[in-house]
Amino acid sequence: MSTTDTTGTTGEHPAADEADTPSATDAAGAADTSPGDEAAGADLSTAPKEDPAGPAPGGPTLGAVGWIRWFWRQLTSMRVALILLFLLSLGAVPGSLIPQNSVDELKVADFKKAHETLTPLYEKLQLFDVYGSVWFSAIYILLFVSLIGCIVPRTWQFVGQLRSRPPGAPKRLTRLPAYTTWRTEAEPEQVREAARALLKGRRFRAHTVDDAVAAEKGFLREVGNLVFHIALIVMLVAFAWGVLFKSEGGKLIVEGDGFSNTLTQYDDFKSGSQFATDELEPFGFTLNSFTGTYEKTGPQRGTPRTFEADVTYTRGDGKDEKAVIRVNQPLKVGDSKVYLISHGYAPVLTVKDGRGKVVFNGAVPMLPVDNNITSTGAVKVMDGYRDKNGKREQLGFTAFFVPTFAGAGKGTMVSQFPGLDFPVLALTGFHGDLRVDSGLPQNVYQLDTSKMTQYKVDGGTGVAKRLLPGETMTLPDGAGSITFEKEIKEWASFQVSQQPGNGLALTGAVAAIAGLTGSLFIQRRRVWVRAVRGDDGTTVVEMAGLGRSESAKLPEELADLAVALTAQAPPAPEPAEAEASEGAEK
Amino acid sequence: MILAAETNASLAQMSNTLVYSSMAVYTLAFLAHIAEWVFGSRSKVGRTAAALTPSKTAPATVSVQVKKAGGTAVLDRPEVITRSAAGTRDVPDGPGAAGGTVKGDLYGRIAVSLTALGFLIEAAGVISRAIAVQRAPWGNMYEFSTTFSTVAVGAYLGFLVAKKNVRWIGLPLVTTVLLDLGLATTWLYSDSDQLVPALDSYWLWIHVSTAIFCGAVFYLGAVATLLYLFRDSYESKLAGGGTPSGFARSVLERLPAAATLDKFAYRVNAAVFPLWTFTIIAGAIWAGDAWGRYWGWDAKEVWSFITWVGYAAYLHARATAGWKGRKAAYIALIAFGCFLFNYYGVNIFVNSKHSYAGV
Ligand code: HEM
Repeated sequence: MSTTDTTGTTGEHPAADEADTPSATDAAGAADTSPGDEAAGADLSTAPKEDPAGPAPGGPTLGAVGWIRWFWRQLTSMRVALILLFLLSLGAVPGSLIPQNSVDELKVADFKKAHETLTPLYEKLQLFDVYGSVWFSAIYILLFVSLIGCIVPRTWQFVGQLRSRPPGAPKRLTRLPAYTTWRTEAEPEQVREAARALLKGRRFRAHTVDDAVAAEKGFLREVGNLVFHIALIVMLVAFAWGVLFKSEGGKLIVEGDGFSNTLTQYDDFKSGSQFATDELEPFGFTLNSFTGTYEKTGPQRGTPRTFEADVTYTRGDGKDEKAVIRVNQPLKVGDSKVYLISHGYAPVLTVKDGRGKVVFNGAVPMLPVDNNITSTGAVKVMDGYRDKNGKREQLGFTAFFVPTFAGAGKGTMVSQFPGLDFPVLALTGFHGDLRVDSGLPQNVYQLDTSKMTQYKVDGGTGVAKRLLPGETMTLPDGAGSITFEKEIKEWASFQVSQQPGNGLALTGAVAAIAGLTGSLFIQRRRVWVRAVRGDDGTTVVEMAGLGRSESAKLPEELADLAVALTAQAPPAPEPAEAEASEGAEK
Repeated sequence: MILAAETNASLAQMSNTLVYSSMAVYTLAFLAHIAEWVFGSRSKVGRTAAALTPSKTAPATVSVQVKKAGGTAVLDRPEVITRSAAGTRDVPDGPGAAGGTVKGDLYGRIAVSLTALGFLIEAAGVISRAIAVQRAPWGNMYEFSTTFSTVAVGAYLGFLVAKKNVRWIGLPLVTTVLLDLGLATTWLYSDSDQLVPALDSYWLWIHVSTAIFCGAVFYLGAVATLLYLFRDSYESKLAGGGTPSGFARSVLERLPAAATLDKFAYRVNAAVFPLWTFTIIAGAIWAGDAWGRYWGWDAKEVWSFITWVGYAAYLHARATAGWKGRKAAYIALIAFGCFLFNYYGVNIFVNSKHSYAGV
C-alpha cells in the first residue's frame, strides 16, 4: 500500500502519474475493480509512458535496431530528462565560481598565476570556458534532443486525444476523487440530455455513452505544456544564432572626437564565427560632451548619479541627429546598439622641444584605477622631437591624474572625489626609445621604459612633478617642456553590439511564460454523469469527477454542476437516506 | 534642497526605528507561538495513529469527508464526497499548534495578531525608507532583506485571510524573519542612499520586486516541504507499526497531514515558477539595456538559472513515477538552497557584476 507499490502496478498506463486510476487506490479495494475503471484516467495527460522494466541491457534478443530503440526510449523518458536537468544545473556551477574567459580574461590570467598546479587540470577540463565546453554542450544538446524526442510524440498523442472522445464512465463512480448522487423523478434520458447540454454549455467536450455522459475539459493545459517546451527550443535556437552572428566592439572616444562604424576604428572587436564584417551597420557618431554628476555630500559622497553622453550621429543617409546615451539607455541605430560602458578624464597636454616647437598637443585619455577616478596614463611623443643638439629622440611621460586632489602636503596622488574639483596632474618624463617598433603589442596607457632615461626635474620628488591646470614642467638642460592645459576633456567608452536573434529569443520567452502559465494553472479534468432507473422506479443520478492532479477545485466544480443539474432533475424525497450516507459513516 | 535632505535623513531614521520596532513585535509573536505550542502539547490527540491503525474495517481505511455542496446547507442539495487520490495515505490533518486546547488557541491568536502588527510596522519601515531615498527600496542587501521578510509575512497573512490552513507556518516563519532582520540590521546594514546609474531603471521595479516576491513565496514552499519530510517519516513509522518519539508524537502530530503539506508546497512552488521565469527574463532584458548583452553567464545569472532548472526538475519529478514524494521534496529543497545561495553567497563571496548590493 506504499506509494511505490502503487506506481509499480500502474506503470503500464499513461495515467500512472498524479491522478492514478482508482483501481490502485488501496489493496483492499483493488480486487473488485473492473477493467473499465482503468480507462477513466487514461490519456489524461500526454506524459510519456514510464517503462520501468525495459529490455534487460545485454539481453540476447536485442539487435542493433533494438539497442537504438532502447537507447532512444531511455533518452526520451521522463527519468532521463530529469537526470539531464539535474546535470545541467550541476554543470553550470563551476562556471560561477571559477573565472571565465568569456566574462573576464584578466581574472582568468590572475587565477592562472595564483594556481599553477590546478591550472593544467582546469584547462583540460575546460573549466575556464564552462559554457562553451564540450561536456556542458553535451549535456544541453542531449537534453534538447530528449526534449524534441519528447515533444513530437506528445504532440501526435495530443492531436489524437483531441480527435477522440472522453472515455466512458467507469463502472463504480463512487471510487473517483469527487462523487455525488441523488434520486429524481425525471426520466434517465432526460437527465442525461440535460447533463450533456449543461456540460457543453460549460465548454466541456461531452458525449453520451450507454447510460452515462462522459465529459472532459482543460485541454489548454496540454497545449500550454507543449507550447512551453517548444518555446524552450526556440529560445535555444535564438541564443545559438545570436552567438554565431553577433559582433561586439569597444571604442574609447574623447569629447569632440568621432567614430565611424568600421572594423579598423575599433579598439577591440569580437564577433561570432558566422559574422561577416560587411554586415556592420553603416553609421558614425561624434561625442559632443560627457556629463557625470556625483553625490556631493553625506556618507555616499562620490557615488555616481548621472552619466550622460551627448552625441550627434549620422546614418548611412548622411543626416545628422542628436541623442543622449545613458547607462541603461543605449542608442539604437538599425540593428546596432551603442552602449555607454565607462568614462574618465583626458587632460590636454602640449609638449614643446628645446626650441619651443610644439611636438605634441592633444587630449590624453587616462584610465581610472579607483572609484574616485584616480587615473594613470602615458604620453608618447613618437616623432618630431629633437633634443638641444638636434638629435632625433622619442619622449615619454607617465602621468597620474586626480580630479580632486587632497591638498598640498596631504600625501599622495589619490583622488578624493570623482568630480573635477581640484585637478592635479603628476608627470614623470623619459627620453630615449619608446620601443613602439619592437614588434610587441604595446599598451597605449603604459610606457616601456627599458630603453629610456628618466629626466631629473626641479621640485617635487626630483623625478616627478605635480602640475595644476595651466602649469608647465620644464625639462632639464633645455630639453623642452610639457604643459598641462587648462582645458580638461572627458572621455567615454562605448560598446557597439549587433546581436541578431534577440527578437526571436524574446518571442520564445513570452511564449514560454504563457505556455507555462496555462500548463500550471489549468486543470484537465473529466466528469461523468450516470442516470439509471433505480429499483424503486425513480432515477438515480450519479456524478463523479477526476482530475489530472488532486485539486480542491474539482469537488467544488462538481457541486456547482450538480446544483445546476438539479434544476432539471430535482431531488426526490429520499426514502432510503441511509444508503447514500453509508459510505460516509464508515 | 538642504531642507529636503534633512527631511529624508529623518525619514530614514524613522524607517530604522520602525524596523527595530517590528523586530520587537515579532519577538513577542515568537514567544506567543512558543506558548501556543507548549499549551497545545497538553492535548493528547492521536488522529494519525488512529487513521493508520490497520485494525479498522477495510473500507474505512479510506476516510471519506462529506461536505455540503455550496455554502448554505439546503436540505435538498446534493452532497459531494471527496476522497484522496491513490497512493497517498488517508490521514486527517493535525489539529494545529494549539492542539485544540483553548489556552493554546488563545496564544496562537495573539501570535497571529502580533505578527500582523509586526508586518504593518515593518511595511511602514520599508515604505518610509523608499520615500526617504526617493526610489524603490531595493538598492542593497539591507533593503532586500527587509522587503523580503515583509513580503514573506504578507504572503502568510494573505493565506490566512483567504482562510487557508497555514497557521502551522507561524513559528518557523517568525523565527526566520527575526533571523533575517537580525542579519539585515547588523551585518548588511547600509545607510540610505541613491542608486548608482546602472541600477537606475524602471526594470529595477519589475525585476527586483518579482524576484523578492518569488523568494518570499518559495520560502513558504520550502518550509512546507521540510515539514512534509518530517511528517511523512512520522506517518510512515506509524503505518509501519513503529512508535515514533514523544517529540514527534507531540509536535508532528499537530501538523497537517503529509499529503496536505506536500500539496501546499507543490501549489505555491508551481504558482511561483512562471513568475520566477518572468523574473529571469526581465533581468535579461535589463542586462541587455545596461550592459549590452542579455545573457553573459555572470555568477548571479548562472545561479538564477540553476535555481530555475532546479524547480523545473522538481516539477518534472512530481510527474515521474518513482520520483514524486520524498525525492521530489529533496529536489525542491535543493532548488531553494540555490535561491538562497544566489542571494547571500553570490552577493557576498562571489565577484559578480551584480555585486553592488551594498556589503
Ligand atoms: C529543456 C529542459 C526542460 C525544461 C526546462 C522543462 C520544464 C518543464 C516544466 C517547468 C514543466 C512543468 C509544467 C507542468 O507541470 O505542467 C514541465 C512539464 C513536463 N515536461 Fe518538461 N522540461 C524540459 C524538458 C523535458 C523533456 C526532455 C521532456 C521529455 C521527456 C519533458 C516532458 C515533460 C512533461 C511530459 C511534462 C508534463 C508533466 C505533467 O503533465 O505534469 N520535459 N517541463
